[in-house]
Amino acid sequence: MAATSPPLIHLDGVTKIYQMGQVEVPALRGVSLAISEGEFVAVMGSSGSGKSTLLYILGCLDRPTGGTYRFDGQDVSRLDRNALADVRNRTVGFVFQNFHLLARTSAEENVELPLLYAGLPEDERRRRARAALDRVGLSDRMDHHPNQLSGGQQQRVAIARALVNSPRVIFADEPTGNLDTATGVEVMELFRELGESGITMVVVTHEAGVAGYARRVVEMRDGLIASDGAPPEGRA
Amino acid sequence: MNVWQTARVALRALLRNKLRSFLTMLGVVIGVGAVVAMVAIGEGAKAQVEKTFAAMGSNLIIVIPGTTTAGGAHGGFGSMPTLTWDDLDAIRTQLASVETAAPSMRTIAQILSEDQNWSAQVTGTTPEYFRIRNWSLERGALFTESDVEAGTKVAVLGSTVVDMLYGPGVDPVGRTVRVKNVPFVIVGVLAPKGQSPMGSDYDDAVFIPVTTYTSKIESGLRNYVNGVIFVGASSTQATARAERDVRALLRERHRVQPGEDDDFSVRNLTEMAGAQEEGTRTLTTLLASIAAVSLLVGGIGIMNIMLVSVSERTREIGLRMAVGAKPRNILTQFMTEALALSAMGGVVGVAIGLAVAERMASTFGWPLLVRPSVILVALGFSALVGVGFGLYPARKASLLDPIEALRYE
Repeated sequence: MAATSPPLIHLDGVTKIYQMGQVEVPALRGVSLAISEGEFVAVMGSSGSGKSTLLYILGCLDRPTGGTYRFDGQDVSRLDRNALADVRNRTVGFVFQNFHLLARTSAEENVELPLLYAGLPEDERRRRARAALDRVGLSDRMDHHPNQLSGGQQQRVAIARALVNSPRVIFADEPTGNLDTATGVEVMELFRELGESGITMVVVTHEAGVAGYARRVVEMRDGLIASDGAPPEGRA
Repeated sequence: MNVWQTARVALRALLRNKLRSFLTMLGVVIGVGAVVAMVAIGEGAKAQVEKTFAAMGSNLIIVIPGTTTAGGAHGGFGSMPTLTWDDLDAIRTQLASVETAAPSMRTIAQILSEDQNWSAQVTGTTPEYFRIRNWSLERGALFTESDVEAGTKVAVLGSTVVDMLYGPGVDPVGRTVRVKNVPFVIVGVLAPKGQSPMGSDYDDAVFIPVTTYTSKIESGLRNYVNGVIFVGASSTQATARAERDVRALLRERHRVQPGEDDDFSVRNLTEMAGAQEEGTRTLTTLLASIAAVSLLVGGIGIMNIMLVSVSERTREIGLRMAVGAKPRNILTQFMTEALALSAMGGVVGVAIGLAVAERMASTFGWPLLVRPSVILVALGFSALVGVGFGLYPARKASLLDPIEALRYE
């Protein structure tokens, strides 16, 4: 599949240097990576390996210092903040370790948030938010506030929010990091379903079990890709 | 994202923290309320001063006869009668800017009822006097032109005199009082007028026909008005013109040569009223400035809370950016929040300010005067406070880096 269609994500010699006061800290030191549409990729590595930085750049939250990043054929590495916001809004979904739900706000309204910035009318937002919550199995929790939901349910609300704008890619940053093992498995099963439905999945994790759901594992070390291939012991 | 959606997002954010929103609003409420109340109270005081001067007679001009110089000693104004009855008629009939004119001859005399006595000012005049001075009756009737022609012994009493001679609430019409041992039939009682701007009591007075006055109380010179002439201009706007006209007419009639001093003087009460009003206006400005300072403090409160809110909601801002909010969206959201706080505070403040002003007005017996422009300025100012003090925190929020915002602890 990767050979026939151009890759959805294409990094070429991407570097990222953070300026910490007077000191320059290189987080990425030349990463080249191609991910095709529909792939399920796990990014692994110890803390400080640059895997989070990589995810932020892939997710258009940040711009590389050097190199180029093509997303769906478009060079996004030099876009301004507004253009990047548009890319995130239309084509990308995020799932974070600590859910990042708005407190004192119903599940439905949380899920609607990306659509609000897309400028959709209210009834359309509601319809899509309900469909997304239905898809993650929370159709009976629409009006609940985050503090009335369990951790697993909160993460599923966050996944519904990532799904609601029909993204091409979902980026997940340690999605099971704040969940117990059983709930973590539920969330990963949901990710697998989404991957099978054709959405490209990129999951940053340091848990081998989580990486087991991926068909491809990219391992980061010291800001470089150390290995890239099938998971060592395939569970899928 | 349109304005309406932004407004709803902002309102929802405010409702999520009701107590804080309320307390923040309170600063503006107090500021706007104080401004509105102070201005309304000031306006009320000003209107009260105007009313006091209106009580002295609207469009009133007083013509006072000239001075005497006897053996090098200058007498005061009015020490020599220079105004004749013909002058009075000429003023009344020949000038378009003058509505009417009346003589006023006064003395202090002892007034006797059946069993009481009281010393009061006795004024001999004509019925026009009451019109010029804008005085109305409480009981009975005024004496008439024919009373003046016939020199009838009738009197109109001020309410203080009635209280002193008969006690409050008694109707004395038809009874007889003696002034300098001359019996007068009381025909009317004037409605209370209160104090003059100088503090004397308008109601401590007795009015009788001017002819009766000259024949029974104090005779004086036959052809001269032994007192002053009250002139009523045809309108407030015409007062200044009437003053000039009266002066010109009298100079002509008295054959005063150009360059010579007048042998009379013309006084106008509007100048005095103006000085009093100036005083209240200064007071109003002072009060309103103090109130404006509290509005400013309210605005700083908004900025303070918005800054706290921005740092407290950094992760929320990061998330909104991650799902596609542009800096502009964040800026407008926080601006709208600040604006909503100050605008709602402004509306509530206006309501409270009006209530306070109403309360004060009824306590002091002032008229309640609130010009719509004051309310508009107060609301506009509070909105300005919202924009002014909301801008910095909102801009700070919009410039956050999404990743740092998401990671913020």
